[in-house]
Amino acid sequence: MSKYSIFSLARNAMSYHQNWAAAWRSPEPKQKYDAIIVGGGGHGLATAYYMAKEHGMKNIAVLEKGWIGGGNTGRNTTIVRSNYLWDESAHLYEKSMKLWEGLSQDLNYNVMFSQRGVYNLGHTLQDMRDIQRRVNANRLNGIDGHVVTPQEIKAAIPHINIDQGCRYPIMGASFQPRGGVARHDAVAWGFARGADKYGVDIIQNCEVTSILQENGAVTGVETSRGKIMSPKVGVVVAGHCSVLAEMAGFRMPIESHPLQALVSEPIKPILDTVVMSNAVHGYVSQSDKGDLVIGAGIDSYNGYGQRGSFSGIEHTVSAIVELFPIFSRVRMNRQWGGIVDTTPDACPIIGNAPVKGLYFNCGWGTGGFKATPGSGWVFAHNVATGQPHDLNRPFALDRFVTGHLIDEHGAAGVAH
Amino acid sequence: MLLIECPWCGKRDESEFSYAGEAHIARPLETGKLSDAEWADYLFMRKNPKGAHREQWLHAAGCRRYFNAERDTVSYQIKSTYKIGETPSEDRA
Repeated sequence: MSKYSIFSLARNAMSYHQNWAAAWRSPEPKQKYDAIIVGGGGHGLATAYYMAKEHGMKNIAVLEKGWIGGGNTGRNTTIVRSNYLWDESAHLYEKSMKLWEGLSQDLNYNVMFSQRGVYNLGHTLQDMRDIQRRVNANRLNGIDGHVVTPQEIKAAIPHINIDQGCRYPIMGASFQPRGGVARHDAVAWGFARGADKYGVDIIQNCEVTSILQENGAVTGVETSRGKIMSPKVGVVVAGHCSVLAEMAGFRMPIESHPLQALVSEPIKPILDTVVMSNAVHGYVSQSDKGDLVIGAGIDSYNGYGQRGSFSGIEHTVSAIVELFPIFSRVRMNRQWGGIVDTTPDACPIIGNAPVKGLYFNCGWGTGGFKATPGSGWVFAHNVATGQPHDLNRPFALDRFVTGHLIDEHGAAGVAH
Repeated sequence: MLLIECPWCGKRDESEFSYAGEAHIARPLETGKLSDAEWADYLFMRKNPKGAHREQWLHAAGCRRYFNAERDTVSYQIKSTYKIGETPSEDRA
């Protein structure tokens, strides 16, 4: 496969860009692999990539029921940050942040990672106390961040409304300069191309219908394209993890909810950073195309329909308009939903499943995109060696039995 | 927008209700004898099915009473609603 560079660009310009090779193959599934990753989203593809790159496992298949990056990877608001409160999650997301910082070079694929900074707004005295506590915790963990005043926010974001007389006045924010956004599709495509380069088979339109077991150990999966055998199966299917767990015969502490986002018509550059607010439930940034990318909260009820409720749109848009009155006449272009897998403590579940050779990586809830490279990196270690990495050991499924929950809900700028 | 039929008040807009999760989870009686795993199953583990789901709703901006609903988690169609303690329509036949 050719390396992308200024020279390959020039060479292909000669033929009017008609002769670029496909970025990855579409092979027929083999009968047997050393490992199978179920789920061809960002996390699944990253897992396969790091298994091949870091652990030398090349005989791997990624099975995707639709097309790669067509689930939550292509449906999120692309925000990347690592300002989590508790040590366990801070270390995991910071590992991911460090991988983001070198990802385009590592993959030889421009994932358009833009460290434009992330503001998490506070609207009450308690919000501000929590923000100060979180920023202090972040700095002790070596994660950048500081607390900013409304005047500093206004200086950086001229169109924001810092009027103290409104219903939810902005009293300050935490700012993580290294946070930002990345191009979500490019992340899936870059990891797919990278994994394919090492010989990983990416098999699309291949839905897993059952998990085969013998004597309490995984032997393979039954799919819509036939039986595929493997002694190791890693499941990275976000909203559908309860469905896969049921196939394997155990229960998960997960509820799947619709989470929606919307984009406006493209407008000229107006917002060069990311603004998030938990209290009023809205977050906004501007894409390189010029659309405002707006995210909402989850719909309260369980759902597998990839669409959001109208009341959710109304709630979020009213919050955005209060933060940015100038946006009130911007028209919205498209709206969509993804199915997020929420856990009781708003932290992921990464580790060994109760069946030998079966591994789960799920429960990322509303904030999985930022973790894509880190999640793949730790899960690759877990699947390849059979043992969790120190970074993902605290996120084992058995924390719900031992009681060692990592309570990030509302404590870490988690937009939930 | 969902149109939800409260068993006491009739059909009302989704915005009047709040969701209260999976229905028919009975609190274990002899809690002193439960193992950690049994506690985890009661407290945290959920069915989370793709398809028919029995769940609790609260008519928060109405009569403020809980009730149960049978709803499809893919189409979101509500098949029936029934009071706490009643049997869902599917099981009555």
